[in-house]
Amino acid sequence: MDRLRIQRIRELAIEKTLFLCALVSVLTTMGIVLVLVFETLSFFEEVPILEFLTGTTWAPSFRPQHFGVLPLINGTLMIALGAAVIALPLGIASAIYLSEYAKPGVKAVVKPVLEILAGIPTVVYGYFAISFITPLIREVVPGTNIFNAASASIVVGIMILPMVSSLSEDAMRSVPGALREGAYALGSTKFDVSTKIVVPAALSGIIASFILAISRAIGETMAVTLAAGATAKMTLNFFESIQTMTAYIVQVSLGDTPYGSIEYRTIFAVGAVLFVMTFIMNIASMWIKNRYREVYT
Amino acid sequence: MTTVIKTINLNAWYGEKLALIDVNTEIEENKITAIIGPSGCGKSTFIRCLNRMNDLVDIFRYEGEIIVDNININDIEPEALRKNVGMVFQKPNPFPKSIYDNIAFGPKIQGVKDKGELDSIVEQSLKKAALWDEVKDRLKDSALGLSGGQQQRLCIARTVAVEPEIILFDEPCSALDPISTSKIEDLMIELKKKYTIVIVTHNMQQAARASDYTAFFLDGKLIEFGDTKQLFRKPVEKSTEDYIIGRFG
Ligand SMILES: Nc1ncnc2c1ncn2[C@@H]1O[C@H](COP(=O)(O)OP(=O)(O)OP(=O)(O)O)[C@@H](O)[C@H]1O
Ligand SMILES: [Mg+2]
Repeated sequence: MDRLRIQRIRELAIEKTLFLCALVSVLTTMGIVLVLVFETLSFFEEVPILEFLTGTTWAPSFRPQHFGVLPLINGTLMIALGAAVIALPLGIASAIYLSEYAKPGVKAVVKPVLEILAGIPTVVYGYFAISFITPLIREVVPGTNIFNAASASIVVGIMILPMVSSLSEDAMRSVPGALREGAYALGSTKFDVSTKIVVPAALSGIIASFILAISRAIGETMAVTLAAGATAKMTLNFFESIQTMTAYIVQVSLGDTPYGSIEYRTIFAVGAVLFVMTFIMNIASMWIKNRYREVYT
Repeated sequence: MTTVIKTINLNAWYGEKLALIDVNTEIEENKITAIIGPSGCGKSTFIRCLNRMNDLVDIFRYEGEIIVDNININDIEPEALRKNVGMVFQKPNPFPKSIYDNIAFGPKIQGVKDKGELDSIVEQSLKKAALWDEVKDRLKDSALGLSGGQQQRLCIARTVAVEPEIILFDEPCSALDPISTSKIEDLMIELKKKYTIVIVTHNMQQAARASDYTAFFLDGKLIEFGDTKQLFRKPVEKSTEDYIIGRFG
């Protein structure tokens, strides 16, 4: 009887402890969002939100001050676009290779390598960009700024590549073998089966992986801070220095901007824009995945 | 009487496991040949040899000769062989595409591009599979919305669309209700006018009803092969008799 009661109390204690742990992480997240919202609102008391969202000059630390966030969004989207151009085709190609072509032995080597690639600290990618990619670009396109969007895009593309390939491969592998057999039985080649059956059947998962990867590119900080420079401007030229939202936040956080000043609070407003963008993309990715979840079986 | 498929001393392995032992068969044109035998005796392995479907299994290998249309199947591309030797599977496996695209898939792979030609192939194939009347108004709908029996007939239509000469069926009715089953049996009897059919089945009535010849496999060996009526009425081997009257398997 007593043993039973002790057991029951123990179970209860375990359950409550686990609940508390879960609660801590939920509360922390809520706290972060609250601070973000609060600081952002107080920023908008001084700078009209419309001016912030539509202005094309970003110069919070010069007089006269300008708080147009578009140059930072422009820089961020350039990096995301450039990274996507690199990572999406390469990612899907390597996913097709891994899921449909690779022999088990090859796969046993390539998959861990890709995963290691995903585990390298991003600052290392930043150095790789500055010390290797940038000189290479400057060799090919003379006159390229030492800090430039191209180099950062390439390195961020390499960084998100494992994510695209591994999530896409998961999606492709979950396509039932029976569909492949059906297609082979009609005289399809392996390439037909991969591109006309497997990829379309796994499309929702593949697109979800694209969105997640681009969201990651948007939020990427260290590599772009190092490689892309700190010049917030409206440009589409990949060989110039630009600034992304994340790089700006780093610049202010590390600089000597007085705490509590309006310049300082810009980072919360910029952070809020960043948060909204990545949040929407993550939701979209989840929605697409659930909405089009494999209807076969 | 023409032999379209011939196997000579066929032995097949999955890794170390011997799955077929010295199988010699001759399969006749425009007839239905039923393959029967207890679970695991090698029926699927046998028919999947005929269209080189087993090539997809890494650990599979075989020895002996498999001749289709007087050509050793290793002397032609597997894609060309499979176009000529179609296959319908145990579980209906329509592609997650529209009904139309399921049928048009094979012809497109073979290089048919003309829309009018594809339309007519789709219609003809669905008619041959006795499915046209049921789906003609919803060709653009997903094939996954069809019933199991309709899906299986769609898979037959899809196979017919690439104009094979031989169609292999691996327990095509085991996932279907009796009415769908009898529709598919009727269909096979209709199809044998144009195609040579090999069907694996666990259903003795089905084999007796629908087939012209029956092959009985046991533990990877072909035990008895002959005229269906004769085999069911007066089997030569004791084990065949035991199997068909249900003493094991
Ligand atoms: N992919 C595979 N890998 C390893 N062994 C296999 C594989 N496929 C079949 N086998 C083995 O080969 C033998 C024959 O299998 P096969 O599928 O041909 O039997 P079957 O007669 O079709 O049985 P069932 O009536 O259950 O479908 C079995 O012992 C099976 O375990
Ligand atoms: Mg089988």
